[in-house]
Amino acid sequence: MVKLDAKIPQGPLAEKWTNYKAHQNLVNPANKRRLDIIVIGTGLAGASAAASFGELGFNVKAFGIHDSPRRAHSIAAQGGINAAKNYPNDGDSIYRLFYDTIKGGDYRSREANVYRLAEVSNNIIDQCVAQGVPFAREYGGLLDNRSFGGAQVSRTFYARGQTGQQLLLGAYSALSKEIAKGSVKMHTRSEILDFVLVDGRARGVITRDLISGKIERHSAHAVVLATGGYGNVFFLSTNAMASNGSAAWKAYKKGAFFGNPSFTQIHPTCIPVHGAYQSKLTLMSESLRNDGRIWVPKFKEDAEKIQKGQLKPTELGEDRRDYYLERRYPAFGNLVPRDVASRAAKERCDAGFGVGSTGLAVYLDFADAIKRLGKHVIEARYGNLFQMYEKIVDENPYETPMMIYPAVHYTMGGIWVDYELQTTIPGLFAAGEANFSDHGANRLGASALMQGLSDGYFVLPYTIQNYLADQIQVPRISTELPEFEQAEKEALSQIEKLLAVNGKETVDSFHRKLGLIMWDFVGMARNKEGLEKAIKDIQELRADFWKNVKVPGTNQMVNPELEKAIRVADYLELGELMARDALMRNESCGGHFREEYQTPEGEALRSDDVFNFVAAWEYKGENAEPAMHKEPLVFEFIEVKQRNYK
Amino acid sequence: MDLTLKIWRQASAEGKGKFVNYQVQNISADASFLEMLDILNERLVVEGEDPVAFDHDCREGICGACSIYINGRPHGPDRGITTCQMHMRNFKDGETIVIEPWRAKPFPVIKDLMVDRSAFDAIIQAGGYVSVSTGGVPDANAIPIPKRKADEAMDAAACIGCGACVAACKNASAMLFVSAKVSQFALLPQGRLEARERVQKMVAKMDELGFGNCTNTYACEAECPKEISVSHIARMNREFLGAKLLSEK
Repeated sequence: MVKLDAKIPQGPLAEKWTNYKAHQNLVNPANKRRLDIIVIGTGLAGASAAASFGELGFNVKAFGIHDSPRRAHSIAAQGGINAAKNYPNDGDSIYRLFYDTIKGGDYRSREANVYRLAEVSNNIIDQCVAQGVPFAREYGGLLDNRSFGGAQVSRTFYARGQTGQQLLLGAYSALSKEIAKGSVKMHTRSEILDFVLVDGRARGVITRDLISGKIERHSAHAVVLATGGYGNVFFLSTNAMASNGSAAWKAYKKGAFFGNPSFTQIHPTCIPVHGAYQSKLTLMSESLRNDGRIWVPKFKEDAEKIQKGQLKPTELGEDRRDYYLERRYPAFGNLVPRDVASRAAKERCDAGFGVGSTGLAVYLDFADAIKRLGKHVIEARYGNLFQMYEKIVDENPYETPMMIYPAVHYTMGGIWVDYELQTTIPGLFAAGEANFSDHGANRLGASALMQGLSDGYFVLPYTIQNYLADQIQVPRISTELPEFEQAEKEALSQIEKLLAVNGKETVDSFHRKLGLIMWDFVGMARNKEGLEKAIKDIQELRADFWKNVKVPGTNQMVNPELEKAIRVADYLELGELMARDALMRNESCGGHFREEYQTPEGEALRSDDVFNFVAAWEYKGENAEPAMHKEPLVFEFIEVKQRNYK
Repeated sequence: MDLTLKIWRQASAEGKGKFVNYQVQNISADASFLEMLDILNERLVVEGEDPVAFDHDCREGICGACSIYINGRPHGPDRGITTCQMHMRNFKDGETIVIEPWRAKPFPVIKDLMVDRSAFDAIIQAGGYVSVSTGGVPDANAIPIPKRKADEAMDAAACIGCGACVAACKNASAMLFVSAKVSQFALLPQGRLEARERVQKMVAKMDELGFGNCTNTYACEAECPKEISVSHIARMNREFLGAKLLSEK
């Protein structure tokens, strides 16, 4: 078995990152100019990394699938970004943010990585403010904070309900500055088809221009993968339509191990599904749980009447409501972590207490908060979210409670990386949601923005130098090398194969079928039998896809159907790996809930003796089973406990 | 509901476009406008026809990708939302809906309803940033900013760069887009240091790229999905004038 080396620096937890930086290798300014770095994806992690590399003097080539880096899906994050500033004087510290994140992740992440994340969190806020990000402020002119799930302090910085937008626009402005300077060359509407390895190192990519269809070769001394998560494998998710896992999947097939692929975050507060034609789900920010109270009817007959439209929620008195999160988790109440809140909602709905016409929804009620604070305060805090809800559902949430239900939101799993964020392919790094690193089995709210920017602004600019320091003698890589020719040929042949099937069913119809399999068997609750069935069903669906899919048009044109087909072909393989990973992990932890492993109260039951490891999967070929390698998780500094939010 | 769609089809940037009529049946009033187009496209694929190309991504009104002219208005009949947030309940059964791409010279059509908005990126690259590098910045609370100013900067920063303002303007002026960025930074102490150079460079780039002048019709504000106020244009004009008057060169 391959020995996975996480390369965790020596020393006490609080000194590891400082020690690393003190002893790492650096590249001098003259040499930086001669070194090329490719950055794939220009969301928070990619844009911040590309801009920072450019500032340092490296020659950067950045790639994004959108018409502009400003459209990456980081833009849609609503609620906020965590940092251990302790501005509210409520007892926060770097250690507490670290501890909450490890605990929130149900003890399935690396201590050293998470500590570093908490440590640089404060630098991120400073950086963003310096860029002109208009965070919310108090009347005294200083920054305001609010609370998110899994924390008892207020450490979340925010910009109305558009924090992701403002942070991405900050990173985009830094990137634009470097593009103008000429240190970054930006390739928009450009999709990665494959990676090119030369002598075992990542040395380039093959891309497709999404307008002309032209296949291009690009080379570099190092490559950074920052393409986000793969939640769209479920078809319906809060991800944007073009968000995809293909670059990560191609990296996996070229030798990068895939870490904990089954760890998926199902977000508790999304607008419920309404019809078969639905293309995506909309998130309602977790920040709403600061003031909204979650409930379902206490009695089944009331739930049934509500489902049939015979009773309105506002007609139900307090004695006929069940505020189930406050009842089950008095200490954290409505602010329990996402996995706990989602499962509790599913439990109530499965038991027949759900609301809405489908019975698959719970209420998020602001009546108390409006009474306590006044409508204007709620409007100031969440106005844009309330408006968004009203446009979609056609109901006024100031007057009647919102209906919400869990939906796929984020993937904690991703490409395995060591402490330096380097994958098992030398020279290939992974950042942001695309890597598996910091959130364990469950990510806390407002931590994705933190991790993306931490990786891009404050980690990679250091660690990539440690790699590049011994590459200074390597001349610019030629794209005429046979490895590039071979990769281009393979990428083109995959496209030709898809176009040649010429079956009868659309790409979306296969994607929808895959999504149903994933949601039913690899979703919020999993069991052995279901996962085995999912593997079989996905294999059959994949075979059917390659016989019956219809991809119109040609490669040499704007062809969104072809783009989708390439992604869905990858999802049909990735979905199977997710099911395999979930099947292997005979325990429940965080968002991974195996029905066979639960406490008498229905909480996730970990098995630390056996499963205290990261599962890193290695690709073994098209028809071969993947191999699983273990990176043991060693907890030196904290005590591993059963999570308790009561 | 059953609808007639009159859609602008154009094979490529060079191609000559034309309107083509399509019928769609049994569309739910709860479907979004883009889901209605998905339904049409799925049918076109099965029938072996070229589906209608349009830009879209987040489908929750924040990425700014969607850019469709509906019945003569950018982002359609409802106010304060993007195309992707528009639901079919805004239309009547049996209605004919006219669907076009943004119409503005600086935004050339790529295909069907897709346009090239890279001119906006070029304007930001001309100066839409604060020139700080990563690291070495002061503590976030070392720069107190009056809440009123921070809130106003946020109002401006809410721009999603969709280009509806340009599409709505008879002059294809980008003043609302440019002023939103200029105004955001002009209001904040972090942005003040470079304010004079910024406004001149961004305005020069905007002119160079062929955007028209502002003649105060306020169509941009009326059609902006984020309801960004024309008061930012007024601030930009003051900034621009001030910069010209005080120019050291």
